[in-house]
Amino acid sequence: MRIALLADIHANREAFEAVLARLQWLKIDKIVLLGDIVGYGPDPAFCVETAAELVAGGAVAVVGNHDAAIDGDADDMNAVARQAIEWTRTKLDAAHRSFLAGLPETETEGDTLFVHASARAPRAWEYITGPVQAERSLRATPARVTIVGHVHAPHLWRLTTTGVATGHAPVSGIDIPLVRSQVWLAVMGAVGQPRDGNCAAAFGVLDTARSTLTYERIAYDHFATCRKVREAGLPEALANRLLRGR
Amino acid sequence: MGRMQLETGTTLDGFLIGNKIHEGGMAEIWEVTKEGIDIPLVMKVPLILDGDDPTMIVGFECEQMIIPRLSGPHVPKCIALGDFSKQPYIVLERISGESLLKRFKEAPLPIAEVVELGAKIATALASLHAQDVIHLDLKPSNIMFRTTGEAVFIDFGLSRHLKLPDLLAEEFRVPMGTAPYIAPEQVLKLREEPRSDLFALGVLLYTLVTGERPFGNPKHTTKALLRRLYESPTPPRLIRKDIPGYLQEIILRCLEVKPERRYPTARQLAFELYHPEQVALTDRATREKTNWFRNMIAGRIGGSGKAPLTRLESYRHAATAPIMMVAVDLAPEQVALATDLRDLVKRLLVTSPDSRLACVNVLKTAKIGLDTLVENDGTSIHVKRLVELKNWAAEMRLPPERITFHVLESPDPAEALLTFASNNHVDHMLVGARGSGGVRRYLGSVSTAIVAEASCTVTVVRHPAEDKHHDETETAAEEA
Repeated sequence: MRIALLADIHANREAFEAVLARLQWLKIDKIVLLGDIVGYGPDPAFCVETAAELVAGGAVAVVGNHDAAIDGDADDMNAVARQAIEWTRTKLDAAHRSFLAGLPETETEGDTLFVHASARAPRAWEYITGPVQAERSLRATPARVTIVGHVHAPHLWRLTTTGVATGHAPVSGIDIPLVRSQVWLAVMGAVGQPRDGNCAAAFGVLDTARSTLTYERIAYDHFATCRKVREAGLPEALANRLLRGR
Repeated sequence: MGRMQLETGTTLDGFLIGNKIHEGGMAEIWEVTKEGIDIPLVMKVPLILDGDDPTMIVGFECEQMIIPRLSGPHVPKCIALGDFSKQPYIVLERISGESLLKRFKEAPLPIAEVVELGAKIATALASLHAQDVIHLDLKPSNIMFRTTGEAVFIDFGLSRHLKLPDLLAEEFRVPMGTAPYIAPEQVLKLREEPRSDLFALGVLLYTLVTGERPFGNPKHTTKALLRRLYESPTPPRLIRKDIPGYLQEIILRCLEVKPERRYPTARQLAFELYHPEQVALTDRATREKTNWFRNMIAGRIGGSGKAPLTRLESYRHAATAPIMMVAVDLAPEQVALATDLRDLVKRLLVTSPDSRLACVNVLKTAKIGLDTLVENDGTSIHVKRLVELKNWAAEMRLPPERITFHVLESPDPAEALLTFASNNHVDHMLVGARGSGGVRRYLGSVSTAIVAEASCTVTVVRHPAEDKHHDETETAAEEA
């Protein structure tokens, strides 16, 4: 089965649409949304509706910290993120809210676990930014492959047969075999707000039969999204971030 | 983990198992056949010892990851992979013939044979490196030769694919490799330097030509191998007097401790081995003493006070160290074009400081009959052209190790230039176009033929034509 992996859409309609259009060409059997459908971006209602349609059609979605903050609290967030959550709440109706509130923490498919931030205490929203956090997540689950988002920059971690967590900076467009002697933790880049210096929307494809993972990028009209962020009166930092990819 | 015992006459995934033809420390090799596949095949099966030694499994996974991605004549074609959940294996095209091991045991070998072997292996390494793979375990038993002559690598158990996770990075406590061949940076567990393979090839050539190993056969321990960070071997000419200076130069350059002092790419090394008469000789060629002591002192207290090798620069390949070729037309009426061509070459050389330049001129000969290649005063036209070519290049002031000169004799200049480019794995060819006139367009010119047929990047240089009429009358005397 070929599974498309979309993390951190962040209410970015243009990026979301660009990735979905690209998936038409990639022989995808299933879509997994890895959380943070909303937050930061200017099109939360559209993105929630599109996500709900995908889920109705067989896709799977897990909850992200921004999704959870809509009906919960945003106290742990920084000022910019909190401001965006407050704005987002005004744009969502009851159906949107109920969809987000109903998202599960984790999903599994065979030996693969999908979770927004970390397999260890999913609601603690820990960022996998180094080998320490990677090892904590890797040791918290029996899954051979864990797929997360949340960091907004792609990286591939694994636990070697000697028990060391080690990282690899993935190159786009190459099938990476997730060999069976190792336990893997793949951090997907963000669809809607990349932070690795590349403005293009990031996503991935997991081929469960061949046990390969491919990191992908697709350029989208990020100028349009940036304009919408400004028109919506969202913090300027969020517009800049899309332009710089950082 | 599969523990199936393979037996002659049984089948596995449609492959009929033949005889076991090799049993190594890590794997067994079986002859196999399959209906519908008419090339000879072998099946490589990892030797799983008690307790499922993880490093052996990872090494085999590494090979399964890399071999299917490789193509070209320098690797066996990959036919099928067997999964670890059942029975891991790799089915490969069987390379007939012997490995280099047999000939290796007969060292010292004739000089010409060593140079030829080196050129073939360097060419194969260039192909491998161009596919983002570093071998990292080059040794005689891992190298075979096709009946057509190409060197083939048959074991990728310690190799590194630069775009894939390095599965072996954290698996071993001691440096990975084979002790006599391991490069200094490998001792420091760096596995992303293509020039590590050039070091191993240097060890191989040294041993083939002298019959002795440059660093002996040390114990495979970090402590013993750390010597490689400062050790400089006995110059091969001290062991064998008839080794030419160029070969000592090439071998000792491969064996430099710092990768940046070796050849920038395998392609450039292959180029030198194919043109030994043009190797620029430095003090390496004439070195007569083992200067390990000097090296050790330099390493301990020299310059920055650090070991000579502590960290690597990023690796180079064809993108930053191309082999450039310039086809120079030395006809007197083409001086302006030749000057434009040289100006462009100069600019390109600035942006690629590790590049090298082959300056080529074609001496056009008649298709039928013998040419008089000696002028009336008895001087050879070939030599005269060579001198003119060197004069043309002199202004660029390139150090001798970065430039070579070649006068080709052929009735068909375009063909001669294309063949030279292909034989020498040229990355970028620069050629002048005499003009763009009408007759030329119909009859075809050297530059047109090159642009149409070259497999490398080609840049065509034009000099703004002032008198097109003059140009159109010139087609017959074309040469490059």
